[in-house]
Amino acid sequence: MNQNILIVGATSGIAEALARRYAAEGAKLFLVGRNLEKLQTIASDLLARGAMGVQVFVMDANNSDLISAMTDSAWATFGSIDVAVVAHGTLPDQQRAEIDIPYAIAELRTNAESVIACLIALAEKFEIQGSGVIAVIGSVAGDRGRASNYLYGAAKAALDTFASGLRARLFKSGVHVLIVKPGFVATSMTAGLDLPALLTVTPEKVSLDIQRAITKRKNVLYTPWFWSLIMLIIRWLPIAVFKRLKL
Amino acid sequence: MRQFLSWGRYPHLPQTPHPINWPEDISRALKMIAISGQGAGLAFGCGRSYGDSCLAESGHVLAMQHMDRVISADWDNGVILAQAGMTLAELIRIALPKGWFLPVSPGTKFVTLGGAVANDVHGKNHHVNGTFGRHVRQLVIQRSDEGVIQCSPFQRPDLFSATVGGLGLTGIILGVEVQLRPINSSQIDQRSYRFGGLDEFFDLSRLHDASNEYAVAWVDCLAIGKQSGRGHYIVGNHSQSGLLEVAKASGLSMPFDPPISLINSASLRIFNTLYYHRQQRKEFNNTVDYDPFFYPLDRLQHWNRIYGRAGFQQYQCVVPESNGREVIGEIMQQIAKSGTGSFLAVLKQCGKLPSPGLMSFPMHGVSLALDFPQRDQVNDRLFKKLDALVHEAGGRLYPAKDAHMSSTHFKQAYPQWESVEALRDPQLLSQFWKRVTQ
Repeated sequence: MNQNILIVGATSGIAEALARRYAAEGAKLFLVGRNLEKLQTIASDLLARGAMGVQVFVMDANNSDLISAMTDSAWATFGSIDVAVVAHGTLPDQQRAEIDIPYAIAELRTNAESVIACLIALAEKFEIQGSGVIAVIGSVAGDRGRASNYLYGAAKAALDTFASGLRARLFKSGVHVLIVKPGFVATSMTAGLDLPALLTVTPEKVSLDIQRAITKRKNVLYTPWFWSLIMLIIRWLPIAVFKRLKL
Repeated sequence: MRQFLSWGRYPHLPQTPHPINWPEDISRALKMIAISGQGAGLAFGCGRSYGDSCLAESGHVLAMQHMDRVISADWDNGVILAQAGMTLAELIRIALPKGWFLPVSPGTKFVTLGGAVANDVHGKNHHVNGTFGRHVRQLVIQRSDEGVIQCSPFQRPDLFSATVGGLGLTGIILGVEVQLRPINSSQIDQRSYRFGGLDEFFDLSRLHDASNEYAVAWVDCLAIGKQSGRGHYIVGNHSQSGLLEVAKASGLSMPFDPPISLINSASLRIFNTLYYHRQQRKEFNNTVDYDPFFYPLDRLQHWNRIYGRAGFQQYQCVVPESNGREVIGEIMQQIAKSGTGSFLAVLKQCGKLPSPGLMSFPMHGVSLALDFPQRDQVNDRLFKKLDALVHEAGGRLYPAKDAHMSSTHFKQAYPQWESVEALRDPQLLSQFWKRVTQ
């Protein structure tokens, strides 16, 4: 099963861990990211780990002009793509976003608009292809706006809604859409945070869940699984209670 | 955030990790540590050093485990250049299917390449292949004063020899290029001999070390009188043909810290006696997988927890060949008398091959390693006696395992420490180094 995998945001911790799992199975990978040097380092690593081929493409997803060139290049390189993962994103500083409007807008663009732009371009290709899986990394933060990170949450909620609609649209074409909602994962994105040790998992663990969910064509993945229970409770809390909580 | 301890969990000095995913994160993390004003930092790999050599002066360490990418691999010649956070376990997983194996395997595969270099680790084939540092072709190091530097036995040899066995003090090791050794099979042809005493061990070792790449012995450190020094001597070679299969990870784990150590003189005596009598025959041949052969303790994850919250210390010494037999005998007697000690007293004849490292531990002679549950007074008293014996014999202790050696003993055993100190990166300092040099 030599699959062709496309990953946008390939230098992120979760994406790299996932790419290693596919590499070990002998997949070909098309890696998209902003930093050529990092992409090349990851590419040589994936080749040593068993990837049958790796192609890199330098792009800032905030520059929407480049996105169709990227998908064109991916399909031209591999002929077809079995799985596309959109994994890029940042973790905005919520307090700064409360006073710095240009900053808040820029962060929204990166975490919502640019991801949606990639999904639009991918959907076009996959619809014609008539098969494949698109996976997008959302977050548990998108399930309900919490005082501690509602700008990030709002962006991820946009992805949730967009993915839901896209899934329904592409279902008819045989293309599947998965949204992944990780909890706390120890990656470079969360490096500055004091995450609770018991709830924090490694990108290796999360990537295993994602790979399985892609294979099983799951619609929504909470990873690790217990976040589905935590978020169930958080979603069902009455507003009158919820607004008084420090979450 | 989860804090780090050393493997022996003594001294209990929790370390705050600063995750490093890319080389560019290093200077940022070191700057943050400097700003905190608590002292210098240190790179931290898997935390398999037992004592305080992996603990930073400041209590802040650079967590290197995600710097674990292969930079380049030449499978025709078995040369691999990888980032220093890659574990030996991962390296085996990548290289073994291609017919290559580690040139030197320490007792655990859960150490990073950087840690293997910084401690110049050795293994059961020291008498044939020497230390890990002998197989390092090149190092990439980032220093706070000089930036990124490449060094090798030919390029900046001063920095290279100070870094091999240099306890991570000469700069952050970014990349390690290793010459692997070819294998035809992932299996080991093993032969094990039961021996009744130390003399018998030394005879076996003289007879069989040369014809076997791997050789090591387990000794019952509690046996006294006639049974003193009894144990098993195990040798092996890579099988000449067979499959190249990576071992599956073990799911066994010690899930919690017992409030007190599960290792005490009663449990040890039972274990050691059973272990000694496990093999009834004098000599036994079989073929085993590389993983249980090299890394038996890796089967139980977090095995260090069996010593309870107080932790434990490992005592590993090497004494010169000339009077090794007598000194090891005396050491064993002192340990047996004390009634403490571990179920894994490991005895190994080290070879003559010199290491490129200035502060490499092994020397031509006999090495003995064993674990002691942490008990302040009992250990203090025993270690003082043992230290005196080792010191007098011209032997030394292993910094990677140490939490007690005196500054005097250290400086005499490692006279070239000053050359390492001269090349130390001013932003890096370990608790160990502070203890033994200042």
